[in-house]
Amino acid sequence: MNSSAVTLQEVVENAVARHQHSLGPLLPVLHAIQETFGFIPRDAVPLVAGALNLSRAEIHGVIGFYHDYRTEPAGEHTLHLCRAEACQATGAAELELHARERLGIDFGETTPDGRFTLEPVYCLGNCACAPAIRINDDTFARVSIEKFDRLIAELESVE
Amino acid sequence: MTALKVYVPGDTTARAVGADAVAESITAGAAGRGFEIELIRNGSRGAFWLEPMVEIETANGRFAFGPVTPEDVPGLFESGFPGEADHVLAMGPVNGIDWLASQQRLTFARAGWIDPLSLDDYRATGGLKGLEQALRMSPQEIVDEVKESGLRGRGGAAFPTGIKWQTVLDQPAGQKYIVCNADEGDSGTFADRLLIESDPYQLIEGMVIAGLAVGADQGFIYLRSEYPRCRKMLEEVIVLAEQDGLLGDAILGSDRVFRLELRIGAGAYICGEETSLLDSLEGKRGLVRFKPPLPAIEGLMGRPTVVNNVLSLGAVSTILAEGASHYRDFGTGRSRGTLTVQLAGNIRRGGLVEIPFGATLRDLVEGYGGGTASGRPVRAIQVGGPLGAYIPATHWDVVLDYEALGAIGGMLGHGGIVVFDDTVDMAQQARFAMEFCATESCGKCTPCRVGSVRGVELIDRIVAGQERALNLQVLEDLCDTMDKGSLCAMGGLTPMPVRSALRHFRKDFGE
Ligand SMILES: Cc1cc2nc3c(=O)[nH]c(=O)nc-3n(C[C@H](O)[C@H](O)[C@H](O)COP(=O)(O)O)c2cc1C
Ligand code: SF4
Ligand code: FES
Repeated sequence: MNSSAVTLQEVVENAVARHQHSLGPLLPVLHAIQETFGFIPRDAVPLVAGALNLSRAEIHGVIGFYHDYRTEPAGEHTLHLCRAEACQATGAAELELHARERLGIDFGETTPDGRFTLEPVYCLGNCACAPAIRINDDTFARVSIEKFDRLIAELESVE
Repeated sequence: MTALKVYVPGDTTARAVGADAVAESITAGAAGRGFEIELIRNGSRGAFWLEPMVEIETANGRFAFGPVTPEDVPGLFESGFPGEADHVLAMGPVNGIDWLASQQRLTFARAGWIDPLSLDDYRATGGLKGLEQALRMSPQEIVDEVKESGLRGRGGAAFPTGIKWQTVLDQPAGQKYIVCNADEGDSGTFADRLLIESDPYQLIEGMVIAGLAVGADQGFIYLRSEYPRCRKMLEEVIVLAEQDGLLGDAILGSDRVFRLELRIGAGAYICGEETSLLDSLEGKRGLVRFKPPLPAIEGLMGRPTVVNNVLSLGAVSTILAEGASHYRDFGTGRSRGTLTVQLAGNIRRGGLVEIPFGATLRDLVEGYGGGTASGRPVRAIQVGGPLGAYIPATHWDVVLDYEALGAIGGMLGHGGIVVFDDTVDMAQQARFAMEFCATESCGKCTPCRVGSVRGVELIDRIVAGQERALNLQVLEDLCDTMDKGSLCAMGGLTPMPVRSALRHFRKDFGE
């Protein structure tokens, strides 16, 4: 058994212990796993299934249904670009084109250096100062192409 | 000498336009000049076009500056800040800012005034009065009060809240639940977020009152994952409310019990639909359930459940505190209380507006909103979120209430108003409505799951000029099929933006 498997086991056990007695514990448990690893490792599924007495198929179904759950590791920073209407009205489509070009990746992909993952999002609740993007847990407003480049450059300059 | 109070909003949008850096500059500037200040991160008042809006407490009340950048801070100090500095960004007393002063704030009365984490602030501004009142009343009396207020659900469907509560109350005693729908997925809306980030105890109070009314001792808040600040805020205030006895085994020292748990969504628009939300809470895929049974009869884990929007639950605390008639008297016709709208998109003065029902769309977009941010003419206004209609200039004098908007083929929904200037391509907006439906459909019924994909293809063909007349007819038929054959409003209302674009902006489809 390698060390990362032990860690996964521990994380699952802790998450299950914390949420086992809650109503409908599966989403909170999956959230806890993803918060630790940045994605839901394949090997987590049988562990969660055993601990919560659910079928693996059920868990795969849930992971596949929700946009947030990832089955592949994410980059160091996850960029969510808002694609919804209020942001469309202020240039989100151009920003999206630019972001893909600047980072050289499409939605759902991670840059080869492992720095950035790009994801779409439909509204960040920042619609009065659009367009909006979210970088990790921070939301940014009125993101022009120049502002986007500045934000990316800042993140790139940090080792 | 007591420290001077300085307020810098900490809500998502204020931070997104740089409030944290402003707060740092102020702290550093005050330290450098030897001023003793108390920096409070209040919630925003929702005048987002003025954020970051810095306030100071003076002998004459709160005094505002905005929008402030970190670069402005040294200049502010030089002009006398944190006193009533004479500076280009000085806006004078908060109570004199017309954009805010002309509003009628009930649900958002405290937003921006108080420290959202402080229960003392909450109490000092009339908080918990409604709950104290409810603790003296019978469940039926509470439900009657809500019925009499005329409150209709603010999540979108506008169902009378009191009637929903009555149904849950009428179910035999046993485990019942209160579920707060904080999924706020509609583009152009942020009122739920603002309430949670600016006045979270109001929501908690409303939920406890709902529990007393229907006999439920357990509540859940289902919060979308796209709102990390709300999550942090709720995690903190739930603990504080438990310590203070607002939640737990002895609500405000009584023998009543109410526990509250926060749950985070996982990025699925459909989980805002109440039955999908309940399945998600139960740990399943968020599939929409057939109705009946209503959630009020068989909801969470098959038990009677109240599902209400954040604003509906918030309003309940006002209704109980001030009385049903106080609330009802603000409305017109069947739209009672205040109208909460959010001005968004390409708008000069975006933010939250709470006023009595009766204003027109034009009053809001031109009056409060000041037209577009781009300075170009407004061309289309989408009201009511991604499933709402695009309203053309000929209808901007429509009164914003549930019935009047319905009469012109639109809906108020959760009150999102998204403004587009004349560069908008309405065929692309119609295409997006279909694309969004395809992305977010729960997959249970064919007209929604497959129809939306077909809709995208059809619009592409129409725009490319392929058999335009025929494909336009097929698109109309598809809208009918989705409208009539979908189980819920996701598939059922996606035709609303599409049809409004077809009807009012036909030339964008290449004719
Ligand atoms: C596709 C869809 C999405 C919805 N999203 C939300 C939402 O994000 N928030 C909300 O409160 N209601 C939403 N609703 C409405 C809920 O189903 C339900 O009517 C509401 O939560 C009831 O609360 P209320 O009566 O207080 O409005 C949505 C409905 C549909 C069909
Ligand atoms: S209309 Fe769409 S979202 Fe609603 S139940 Fe049917 S498939 Fe699911
Ligand atoms: S639509 Fe982009 S933040 Fe709301």
